[in-house]
Amino acid sequence: MLKQLFLNKRKSFEVFTKAIMYLSVGLTAALVLFLLLYILICGIPNITPELLMSKPSYLTEKIGILPDILNTLYIVFATLLLVLPLGVGAAVYLTEYATSKKMVSIIEYAAEALSGIPSIIYGLVGMLLFSNHMGTCLMAGALTLVIMNLPTIMRTTQESLKTVPQSYREGAFGLGAGKWRVVRTVVLPGCVDGVITGCILSVGRILGESAALLFTAGFAHAVNGLVDGLAAPGATLTVALYVYAKEQGEFGVAFAIAAILMLLTLLINFAATLVQRHFAKRRSI
Amino acid sequence: MKKNQFLENFIHGIFLLLGLITVGCVLLITMYLVISGIPAICKIGPINFLFGTEWASTAKEAKYGILPFILTSIFGTAGAIVIGVPVGFMTAVYLSKLACPKVKSAMQSVVSLLAGIPSVVFGLVGMLVLVPGIRKVFQVPDGAGLLAAIIVLAIMILPSIIKMSVTALDAVPKEYEDASLALGATPVETYFRVSVPAAKSGIAAAVVLGVGRAIGEAMAVMMVAGNAPNMPNSLFQSVRFLTTAVAGEMSYSSGLQQQALFSIALVLFLFIMFINAALNFFLKREKE
Amino acid sequence: MSSIISVKDMCLWYGEHQALKNVNIEIMPKSITAFIGPSGCGKSTFLKTLNRMNDLIPGVKITGDVRYEGTDIFAKEVDVNNLRKEIGMVFQKPNPFPMSIYDNVAYGPRTHGITNKVKLDEIVERALRDAAIWDEVKDRLKKNALGMSGGQQQRLCIARALAVQPKVLLMDEPTSALDPISTSRIEELVMELKENYTIVMVTHNMQQAVRVSDYTAFFLLGELVEFDKTDNIFSTPGDKRTEDYITGRFG
Repeated sequence: MLKQLFLNKRKSFEVFTKAIMYLSVGLTAALVLFLLLYILICGIPNITPELLMSKPSYLTEKIGILPDILNTLYIVFATLLLVLPLGVGAAVYLTEYATSKKMVSIIEYAAEALSGIPSIIYGLVGMLLFSNHMGTCLMAGALTLVIMNLPTIMRTTQESLKTVPQSYREGAFGLGAGKWRVVRTVVLPGCVDGVITGCILSVGRILGESAALLFTAGFAHAVNGLVDGLAAPGATLTVALYVYAKEQGEFGVAFAIAAILMLLTLLINFAATLVQRHFAKRRSI
Repeated sequence: MKKNQFLENFIHGIFLLLGLITVGCVLLITMYLVISGIPAICKIGPINFLFGTEWASTAKEAKYGILPFILTSIFGTAGAIVIGVPVGFMTAVYLSKLACPKVKSAMQSVVSLLAGIPSVVFGLVGMLVLVPGIRKVFQVPDGAGLLAAIIVLAIMILPSIIKMSVTALDAVPKEYEDASLALGATPVETYFRVSVPAAKSGIAAAVVLGVGRAIGEAMAVMMVAGNAPNMPNSLFQSVRFLTTAVAGEMSYSSGLQQQALFSIALVLFLFIMFINAALNFFLKREKE
Repeated sequence: MSSIISVKDMCLWYGEHQALKNVNIEIMPKSITAFIGPSGCGKSTFLKTLNRMNDLIPGVKITGDVRYEGTDIFAKEVDVNNLRKEIGMVFQKPNPFPMSIYDNVAYGPRTHGITNKVKLDEIVERALRDAAIWDEVKDRLKKNALGMSGGQQQRLCIARALAVQPKVLLMDEPTSALDPISTSRIEELVMELKENYTIVMVTHNMQQAVRVSDYTAFFLLGELVEFDKTDNIFSTPGDKRTEDYITGRFG
């Protein structure tokens, strides 16, 4: 009788726990599915060619997001251009050059600290560091994003550098190659996958960023070329979404931008998986 | 030969510099926040600033008490953890131990997608779905407030918690589980009595990471929390977080008001540094 | 005939652990010297000291005198890259770079400043011919080297080492990762190479030492127990420990 009771208790623990697990997974999945569908359904009908190809005008009271699209492209371009050499260089230093363990742990600790700092603080410091000197402009925003994305590029590059076999380095040193030549010809080509993964992750982060850009890059909607654009204030898509939704109550436009951002997020995740799979396959040969 | 050696040293120097950039950035950020954050605290007085219950920065007799923001941030984060951690943890156990590979990889894509959604998009959906929903369900005049913020934050920290817990649980050696199964424990018992305790440092790190994400989130919260500088007395109170206090007034502030905003950022930064230290502690233990 | 590499009272530490104790040896030019001994006896470590590959491992300390053609290889004015150009190395596991066959062989000459295409072509062809792999790869020089078989990869690595025209070739168990047929091809190749190069080879396989080498050094627990002509070592070993090892009593 007692045994029976005990067994029942075990059984109910099992059933109960499993039920909670299924519930949690179901909730998570349903949530994401709801978000995705809700945004796409509300947003896609609002994405018109006119919206994509024009700029907002007070006269016609029409809203276009062309400037925001361009600003986003400019800021992504400028940020990657600047962060790549810095991040890759730092990773190369850590895996190839650094000899003191203490130095490595200090740098890694700093990188972790950077990735833990919330974007609103980046926005504030970016304002003090950059915008107060060069004015509120896309470039100031890009520089702020460079600091934010430095740890990402560094980490992914470092991870892929670690997978470059030691035997390659030995082989090159054994032929009398100097350190720099070994790094340039044998090590760096091996970290391409890490750099690409880092870029994809960074693009995702830049697309989603708003708090760090609000006070550094501003929220103007003017159509500019690349060089003028970087020197002028401007809103990225994400910042524009915030402004249209919160300040102006233009929910149709906000949803259109949200849908575009969702599609881009999907695309980025897909690309990241694809890249990882591609390189995993090549590595296994 | 001399020239080669010089080139090698020069390049070594360049890489060293690049390596030190992160350290430089951290120092620079800390320095700027301290330098621009201290003056207002001194002028207002640390006690008045940290424990003052009233924030009226634009009033004639301006008051700069940030206790409401501090408490809101703490309550909001705690609420998000209370909701988000159980869901995330249970999902992680399922994905790591029970799910078939197909479900696991599909769910991991789903979680990555959730992680990739920009915070303003959460804010937008929160504004248009969650806030009216809360108003109707609880029969309150305005749904924008602490509860809405907590729910949004709970959803936003889910990916961090799930990903990190799954990593920790995946790393538990199979031998431990086999030993438990061989003693007659059911799989579910094994997972909760052997695997989870073995991965507890990693799971703790996941929770801490969630805390960091929640306390640092600004834009999504700004869109759903109402943003009145009230003490967080009820779940439906319109409230302001540390982050939204900075973001909300920054664009039009000046003088002491702006300095006070920097001081708020400094307080937030100290919170984050403390959380980072805790995170590192757990991660180090996990490695051991 | 005087030696090309001469080692006197060399000791090596990995941190606190002494891996080599007072090694003395004279390597003769244009000969094959084999290092034998049980795993962990220090023979590979010693081999890697000769072209300073141990520099890459942190915490290694070396004392004593190692001379290559009369120069102290640890002297300040010695350029380690030039030393490694003179004393090439082939590793235990074939380690071609993830590049084309041609680029692999051309890597060394390019490293040392040769950019002339005609000259590079010439060097690559000769190195591949010398490594007895030319006929197998001449039609696919632009193909990735990682697509070759293990034995071919190892001969490519030998060609790569030969392309910088070293005087000495250090080989660290070059056949241990290969099948018997590839092994015998490499052994034949090594015996031909002795015409022009000094070869020092670590081997796990005593038959291999007997088959190919002129001199044999027996290492045990970081000590060079005995060094003599191969015939003498295997017919009339001077030390009891050598005898025990070659007759298979331990190891």
